[in-house]
Amino acid sequence: MAYSDEVVDHYENPRNVGTLDKNDTAVGTGLVGAPACGDVMRLQIKVTDDGRIEDARFKTYGCGSAIASSSLVTEWVKGRTIDEALAIKNRDIADHLALPPVKIHCSVLAEDAIRAAISDYKTKKGLD
Amino acid sequence: MKLPIYMDNQATTPCDPRVVDAMVPYLADHFGNASSRNHAFGWTAEEAVESAREQIAELIGASAKEIVFTSGATESDNMALKGAFEFYAKKGNHIITAPTEHKAIIDTARYLERQGAEVTWLPVNEDGTISPDELRKAIRPDTVVVSLMHGNNEIGTINPIGEFGAICREAGVLFHTDAAQTVGKVPIDVNEMKIDLLSMSGHKMYGPKGIGALYVRRKNPRVRISPQLHGGGHERGMRSGTLPVHQIVGLGKAAELCRLELPEEMKRTKALRDRLLEKVAAGVPEILINGHEQHHLPGNVNISFTFVEGESLLMALRDVAVSSGSACTSASLEPSYVLRSIGLDDENAHSSIRFGVGRFNTEAEVDYVADLVIRSVAKLRAMSPLWEMHQDGIDLKSIEWAGH
Repeated sequence: MAYSDEVVDHYENPRNVGTLDKNDTAVGTGLVGAPACGDVMRLQIKVTDDGRIEDARFKTYGCGSAIASSSLVTEWVKGRTIDEALAIKNRDIADHLALPPVKIHCSVLAEDAIRAAISDYKTKKGLD
Repeated sequence: MKLPIYMDNQATTPCDPRVVDAMVPYLADHFGNASSRNHAFGWTAEEAVESAREQIAELIGASAKEIVFTSGATESDNMALKGAFEFYAKKGNHIITAPTEHKAIIDTARYLERQGAEVTWLPVNEDGTISPDELRKAIRPDTVVVSLMHGNNEIGTINPIGEFGAICREAGVLFHTDAAQTVGKVPIDVNEMKIDLLSMSGHKMYGPKGIGALYVRRKNPRVRISPQLHGGGHERGMRSGTLPVHQIVGLGKAAELCRLELPEEMKRTKALRDRLLEKVAAGVPEILINGHEQHHLPGNVNISFTFVEGESLLMALRDVAVSSGSACTSASLEPSYVLRSIGLDDENAHSSIRFGVGRFNTEAEVDYVADLVIRSVAKLRAMSPLWEMHQDGIDLKSIEWAGH
């Protein structure tokens, strides 16, 4: 199976790989997927006091499409408000990366990661 | 060094140029039908077929009359199991095999279950071997045939088929072995090993695709199988269909080359495989080697690179042709059933890569691959949340993962 140029680019030059301090109250961490299923994504966001995502980091265990999906998402959420980030849908990710049907679950996982990270942030801040 | 590097010799092997040279005249000049008994075109073709039959028989210690040409190991496997099951229906309906077999055996056994067969699936040890004792215990008076592979295509484990053969012979049960991965790679003698039926494949031994053979024992005991392809009565009625002379000539030549070069080639591929493993093991911590430490195909090593997913590693190794047991590389989205059968966790099955060194690989290629693997695993682990958690001392099994 051939990968799209977008997937190859994100896989070879992943954006924003790394770790933020998960104990920082401004940081939300989302860990989704399962090792047994072959993909685990961890997305972390750092949110300013006025609710804007100023930084994002990821680490992913998974195929090239999973790595590309999470790398792309870190780029997309940066600079967005929380509500704007929640508007990112797996369809947008899959379309942008030209994922084949068998890899759609990678984009679903990336959307889940955004939700999980925001939910963790909100819980920490007592916003829920 | 030329890229890409082919190191997937359990999937298929390149046709040896000497084999190609032997085949070409039988596509153009000598196109006759080996069954044409009344003219020179037929005689030339028949002679070529019979000489190839000798070459193949010699490689496995058989006599030429015991070689039946097929389209490949899948057909040979189907023919052996279905043919024996049908022919010996009066004796019983019990078949013994194992879950680590090739799909050509597993799916045939399942098909026969639907036709009324009772199948015993023997337990498999962690190294991929089957215990002779387990086989002995499983044999019953109504057992018709035992089918256990010689060398496993994924993890490379070589089973003690000589012991299996002896047990079956003593019990009066037919013994079939799928030897697609081992014929021409390691010594095989059908008499010493007491093999009754043996499947082999041309393209796994530097011959052409689309040709294989089934060895069918003629004496002590004489083995009978019901034909699965009916027609002109070729191959002594066991397998009808016009013989593909050029393919057969190719298989014969491949067999001859394997026989002449086996001792040297076995040593050489094993040394290259060991070199690859030593280098990788020295450069990558925390790997798992799947299969048997000593009893393995000379060129095969299957490694789980823990905390790294196999398909992403294949992507990093894009100049290198190897394969993975990861679900992401299979159509079914299931990780390798062979790795599961030897008790490997799904995550480590996802992390597995099969390297298959063959006749045409070089030391320089092995070094290139080892170096690329070391760098790629380091890069992917730096990106892996699981590796980070593992480094922090977190037991990944203690986490409640949300499966999807």
